[in-house]
Amino acid sequence: MSIDNFTIKLILFSDMSAIFIMIGASLLLAIGFLIAFIWSVKNNQYEDDYTPSVRILFDNTSLDEEKINTLKNTEITRTKNK
Amino acid sequence: MELQKFQYDNKIVKMFAYATMLWGLVGMLVGVIAAIQLYLPSANMSLPYTTFGRLRPLHTNAVIFAFVGNGIFMGVYYSLQRLLKARMFSDFLSKIHFWGWQLIIVLAALTLVLGKTTGKEYAELEWPIDILITLVWVVFGWNMFGTIIRRRERHLYVAIWFYIATFVTVAMLHIVNSIEIPVSFWKSYSWYAGVQDALVQWWYGHNAVAFFLTTPYLGLMYYFLPKIAQRPVYSYRLSIIHFWALIFLYIWAGPHHLLYTSVPDWAQSLGVVFSVMLIAPSWGGMINGLLTLRGAWDRVRDNVGLKFLVVAVTAYGMATFEGPMLSLKNVNAIAHFTDWIVAHVHVGALGWNGFMTFGILYWLIPRLFQTKLYSEKLANVHFWVGTLGIVLYAVPMYWAGFMQSSMWKDFTPEGQLKWQFMDTVTKMIPFYIARSVGGTLFLAGAVIMTYNLIKTIKVGNFLEIEEDQAPALIGEYHAHSHDHWHRWIERKPIQLMVVSLVVVAIGGLIEFVPVFLVKSNIPTISSVKPYTPLELQGRDIYIREGCYTCHSQMVRPFRSETARYGEYSKAGEFVYDHPFQWGSKRTGPDLARVGGKYPDSWHYNHMLDPTSMSPGSVMPQYPWLLEDQLDANSTIAKIKAMKRLGVPYPESYERNAIADMEKQAQEITANLKKDGIETLPDREIVALISYLQRLGKDIKAEGLKAQK
Repeated sequence: MSIDNFTIKLILFSDMSAIFIMIGASLLLAIGFLIAFIWSVKNNQYEDDYTPSVRILFDNTSLDEEKINTLKNTEITRTKNK
Repeated sequence: MELQKFQYDNKIVKMFAYATMLWGLVGMLVGVIAAIQLYLPSANMSLPYTTFGRLRPLHTNAVIFAFVGNGIFMGVYYSLQRLLKARMFSDFLSKIHFWGWQLIIVLAALTLVLGKTTGKEYAELEWPIDILITLVWVVFGWNMFGTIIRRRERHLYVAIWFYIATFVTVAMLHIVNSIEIPVSFWKSYSWYAGVQDALVQWWYGHNAVAFFLTTPYLGLMYYFLPKIAQRPVYSYRLSIIHFWALIFLYIWAGPHHLLYTSVPDWAQSLGVVFSVMLIAPSWGGMINGLLTLRGAWDRVRDNVGLKFLVVAVTAYGMATFEGPMLSLKNVNAIAHFTDWIVAHVHVGALGWNGFMTFGILYWLIPRLFQTKLYSEKLANVHFWVGTLGIVLYAVPMYWAGFMQSSMWKDFTPEGQLKWQFMDTVTKMIPFYIARSVGGTLFLAGAVIMTYNLIKTIKVGNFLEIEEDQAPALIGEYHAHSHDHWHRWIERKPIQLMVVSLVVVAIGGLIEFVPVFLVKSNIPTISSVKPYTPLELQGRDIYIREGCYTCHSQMVRPFRSETARYGEYSKAGEFVYDHPFQWGSKRTGPDLARVGGKYPDSWHYNHMLDPTSMSPGSVMPQYPWLLEDQLDANSTIAKIKAMKRLGVPYPESYERNAIADMEKQAQEITANLKKDGIETLPDREIVALISYLQRLGKDIKAEGLKAQK
């Protein structure tokens, strides 16, 4: 008996049919991830593998690190917002 | 390019942050109470609602889905908006998501203490809540993908990839594992039985760790660690590679929870192989996190939030080294069913998830409230108390696990088991006490943090309107040579409908395939018969009381186990077990072959006061089982449900079910009377005894047949 036949028999006769659902669902997921991966590559998401890591550090909002650090106490904050 | 002005939704972040703090305290407190009950069972205050078997699922659900869950959403809602330069897709969906999730948590807490449980670890919530979870999860995904589509930043930062993987995978796992057939509004049976149920459950269970406790937190790490350290991540390229490797490998690792059980060997080996491979992408993340701080360790000294993050990432590294080791069969043979596993998960939960959440909160709350942290000193106290708590928790549990396992496997030179099971329990008491002290310290740290953050919030001024600006994303839908693929669908309603149908059909397929497959649940051992109605009721009491949280029903094929418990468990013995009850921890002995081992009266007295039958026992008392009347009316519905699941009861058996049940109850009552115990046949204890006395017995008939 070849390995393949043996494996098939194990699946069919050892009360393991739920494995089909899990393998099916897992493969579906894997294919989904594969598509997402191919999309991300084709979309040039990984053309630049340095700038994105730096870009997230700069927020041009009212709350950048400089400002937070210059807050000496909360009273300043309060008056600022009023 | 014209700049577009927009505002971030900070309010939803604030709400999730509050929920994280609140549920964190609740979940940890329940954990401490449960830990104390392990050496002081009377700490349940003699109430069914607060007994270990019900508190343990409450603790795990609270810390995983309430504390970490809200922590995930807090971090995702904050970082996603900033990474995509866009406000969340819909404030309304955000609100539904928030309140829906809190409703789920409250319902979960109520139903779990009331004993409404499916009996599947980390998936204990009953079917109406399961449906609610699915709906709220879809709202979360809708909101997230809506924001992604409306983004102003073309590149999807690696954190977002982790969020997407989390959303997609958790959705699938939850749906597949929650397929169950309702018996009543708060009772259902798992669609799968025995070995299959175990496989699906741990496929889910392991991936709950992977895709609820790991991938979203890696996403948070990739956003918050660089932000707090003010440093770009060590290697962005590594982050991308380890992301894809991690999600492709993780899904296959589940069977490592079932090594040496009745699950076929090839499935076990598959789980081992993938688990061992997982060390590479896991450590890729850990290394990337720690190396981000290269040359910036002085900031760790000065920034308390960073301290928490460093310990979190280190704990992640330790847990993901230990995980593959525990997946090796020879290591697993020692560690499985012991407190070693408890130590392992708590290094992950307290260290990785807990400390990561704390670190983020210490950074986020002052920014949301435009102020400085109320007290850096208190935060440092929290850091050291918490770290000490983790050490005091983990070390005794490792010690306890290794020691207990060694005692279980110890033989005298004459070839007899050296220790009674009870000996191995009483030896655990000092370790359980130390563990509860460690847990209490960790909780105390969280209380200090909450005080500190409340003080911060009080003096601060909530930044409700945070404005930002970014150019609109052009070119996204008109990439260099061709349209974006989604345009093809958007432009044509017919195509949109076809694609939607395909998507829905896939969902339907996943749900309906089991219906067809369930027919193939052919018993492989002819002497294994369905449970009688009384035994079925007794089994549901066993599930309700959470007996599986301390007792396994799986004799592994080791000499030490067959000598202690009897013949090792066979796959064919579990074909009518909806759900399976193999358990994952042996605080008490295995029960797979307890049937017929003791007289009925032993069980009766043991439930009334375990120490009367086994001195030194740390099992709680179950006096209410002796008094409460069995809900006999549910029997017919239960038999019908089992028949729909393919359990071969005779044609229209539900008509005779009640009569059969009463007859068997009378027999047990008469048996008890012989030993001088007077009880009514309609009490719950009678049903429970009938179930316990049935456990593992069927296969013995097979042996008799073979002898003839």
